[in-house]
Amino acid sequence: MRQLRITLWIIVVLAAGLFGLFAYQLTQPKDDSVRSAMIGEPLPQFDLEPAFEGRPGLASTDFANGEPQLLNLFGSWCIPCRVEAPQLEALERAGATIHAIALRDQPQDVARFLEIYGNPFTRIGRDDISEIQFALGASGVPETFVIDGSGRIAYQHIGVITERDVPILLQELQRAGSGS
Amino acid sequence: MIAEIGLAALWLAAALAALQLLAGFAGARAADGKAELAALARPAATLQAVLCAVAFLALLYVFAITDLSVRLVAVNSHSMKPFIFKLSGAWGNHEGSMLLWVTVMAMAGGLIALIERRLPERTMMATLCAQAFVGLGFYAFLLLSSNPFERLAEVPAEGNGLNPLLQDIGLAFHPPTLYIGYVGLSVAFSFAVAALLTRNVTPEFARVMRPWVLGAWIFLTIGITAGSYWAYYELGWGGWWFWDPVENASLMPWLAATALLHSVSVLAARDALRTWTIMLGVIAFSMSMLGTFLVRSGILTSVHAFAVDPERGSFILALLALYIGGALVIFALRAHTISEGERFNLVSREGALVVNNIGLSAILGIVLLGTLYPLLTEAFDVRVSVGPPYFNPVSAIFFLPMMVVLMVGPLLRWRRDEFSRIIKPVALVAAIVITVLIRVAIVNDISILSMLGLAFAAGLAVASFAPLFKRALHRTPLAIWGMCIAHFGIAVALFGMAADTAFQQERLVATSVGDVVEVGPWTGRLDSVKAVAGPNWTAMQANMLLSYNGGPELEAHPQSRNFWTPQMETSEVALLTRWNGQLYVAVGNQAEDGRWQLRLWWKPFVTFIWYGGLLIALGGGLALVGRVVGDLRRRRQAAEGFDDEDLDDASETVPTA
Repeated sequence: MRQLRITLWIIVVLAAGLFGLFAYQLTQPKDDSVRSAMIGEPLPQFDLEPAFEGRPGLASTDFANGEPQLLNLFGSWCIPCRVEAPQLEALERAGATIHAIALRDQPQDVARFLEIYGNPFTRIGRDDISEIQFALGASGVPETFVIDGSGRIAYQHIGVITERDVPILLQELQRAGSGS
Repeated sequence: MIAEIGLAALWLAAALAALQLLAGFAGARAADGKAELAALARPAATLQAVLCAVAFLALLYVFAITDLSVRLVAVNSHSMKPFIFKLSGAWGNHEGSMLLWVTVMAMAGGLIALIERRLPERTMMATLCAQAFVGLGFYAFLLLSSNPFERLAEVPAEGNGLNPLLQDIGLAFHPPTLYIGYVGLSVAFSFAVAALLTRNVTPEFARVMRPWVLGAWIFLTIGITAGSYWAYYELGWGGWWFWDPVENASLMPWLAATALLHSVSVLAARDALRTWTIMLGVIAFSMSMLGTFLVRSGILTSVHAFAVDPERGSFILALLALYIGGALVIFALRAHTISEGERFNLVSREGALVVNNIGLSAILGIVLLGTLYPLLTEAFDVRVSVGPPYFNPVSAIFFLPMMVVLMVGPLLRWRRDEFSRIIKPVALVAAIVITVLIRVAIVNDISILSMLGLAFAAGLAVASFAPLFKRALHRTPLAIWGMCIAHFGIAVALFGMAADTAFQQERLVATSVGDVVEVGPWTGRLDSVKAVAGPNWTAMQANMLLSYNGGPELEAHPQSRNFWTPQMETSEVALLTRWNGQLYVAVGNQAEDGRWQLRLWWKPFVTFIWYGGLLIALGGGLALVGRVVGDLRRRRQAAEGFDDEDLDDASETVPTA
């Protein structure tokens, strides 16, 4: 009987601990996105063909020029990418260099997309089988990475860049610049 | 107006629950359970059921006429939706489903108050008191933080529509059946707490509790089976169980209820396992509430994300802590007052049932740990995902030995038995298991778990009917038939799971019109792809002609649907069902070169999984009818002064083989 009672009190304490854990987790901000395991690592090696005639293609070596730059993953078929286009232009106006990779796209579609929604990109590579997307550890489209001057992935932004995210990305760019 | 009537009925019901709490408490305090106030407890419970029914009907009505001035309707419904989905939309959302919960709970409470006269009045009053206490918490939750009848200041022109995945006939049944099961367990919980408080853990108490456990368990079984089938054909992944946190949330109460069902039978028949039965009564409903919390709070990442609402999580958590914590503390304080029940040998029916209970509890613990583990590690900033590689083998460690006990246990006698007595049927079953195992091991190259699954399924299919051997079938109680059929259902479901896992074949192809695809024994051809439209969607429909082993060509029309309110793409799979399996065809997007993505699975005997689930529920239904009829007969005989103790339960012992 004594043993039973001790066991029971242990169960009560365990349950209390569990409720404490629940309460703690409820107050934590919830982030369901899958973070890349590549953050802090050098970019994977790649050398991509141009996605359309208007811009040169993109290679990983383009990022090792000493300046921190942005790498945006988009697709002309991706509706959220249209939503974030003005914010990319704002970033460009603020002085950021932005390169892009067009995923699973056709040159004429890319051209039309950039004509309508603006083209803030310096270089655009094409990735027809999402190879580089996977190598970067991106979970979807759009995503934007901050790459420091040595070609290392410093920061990952998942999803649409909203107006609120613009200063955050500029700050991350600055930090990547001062860190290297 | 109708919405206001519903809301008023709900407030009145809550007030009656408060009255029932006080009246029940007064009754439980009095030595004989009779106090002036106590006379009000039963009428309060009955009237509450009526008022909740009124509130729920009011909600159905505003959904049926798409009254967009009600916020819930505007957010979750749409005038263009088919009528049946307008109705099911009433509970396809947080507020409506909580109203359904409260309604079912009030109905259960009303039913006990109306018909249950066997328990000592004090225990009965304590039960109603506990039931009202639990009910009040959920009324408060509904009225204070989830009012389903809230009006909008401005009436929108059109509603937002219902999540397309939920616009399915499966949804019309899956949540209500699960809820009836969950809430039915609240009755078992109230009985258990009342028995603890009034120190009345007796076989008679177990007999009163048993039909409620059985009923709740039947509905849980149907709910899980239906949910599994719905996920299988609606989500388009071809799987029938994903160990998703929300699936686990429904499985855990089922495991606890299954254990409770068996231990309550031991208590009813043999007056043993007293403390354990009470403990399981508390745990079963705790698991229901934990499940509701996990689903509603969004604390875990799950495919059921449509049900999420983090802010309400804290409210449910408070209820959870109050009820589970409270019950556990009462239990810890009172458990020593329950005297030890009858003793028994390990080799006996009770012994087998204890092994079954330990196995079920262990699996419950495994599922609970796996479900909550990501939550624990996240507190330390480590993100993990626990899936089939953990759940399958670890639960198998307990599941497979339980299968062995399941084959032998029902043949044993109560209290004390010898293995030598049942050696013949056991040897027969063992021979079947070993034969199948060897046959499968030689012929097929499949995983060890699937092999064991097939072998045990074969053994159990035969063993489950062994208790009927040499019995006069027309005189066999319904409860025995129920047991045999439910156990047979487990064999059928296990066979389906093992066969599908071991032998399914999958093809993912990009096809042009006219191309031929082969998967398993099927040969198919993409005949055409055309656009079709429904009431609130358009779709690309692939028309395929398929033949099984060169037989006649059958048509299949998988669709990729685009709903417009809200915007969402879903996959409507086409299923071709044969007795020996199902062909599962899903169509995906069109590739750049104009070819269509097609996914085909040949799933041998996969349907047996759900047939098994239904058989299990049917077995439960037979047992329930048998028990209720038996109880009624016993009560009538008692009234006539004819004393036949344990008429029903005594006949459960197996005749000498």
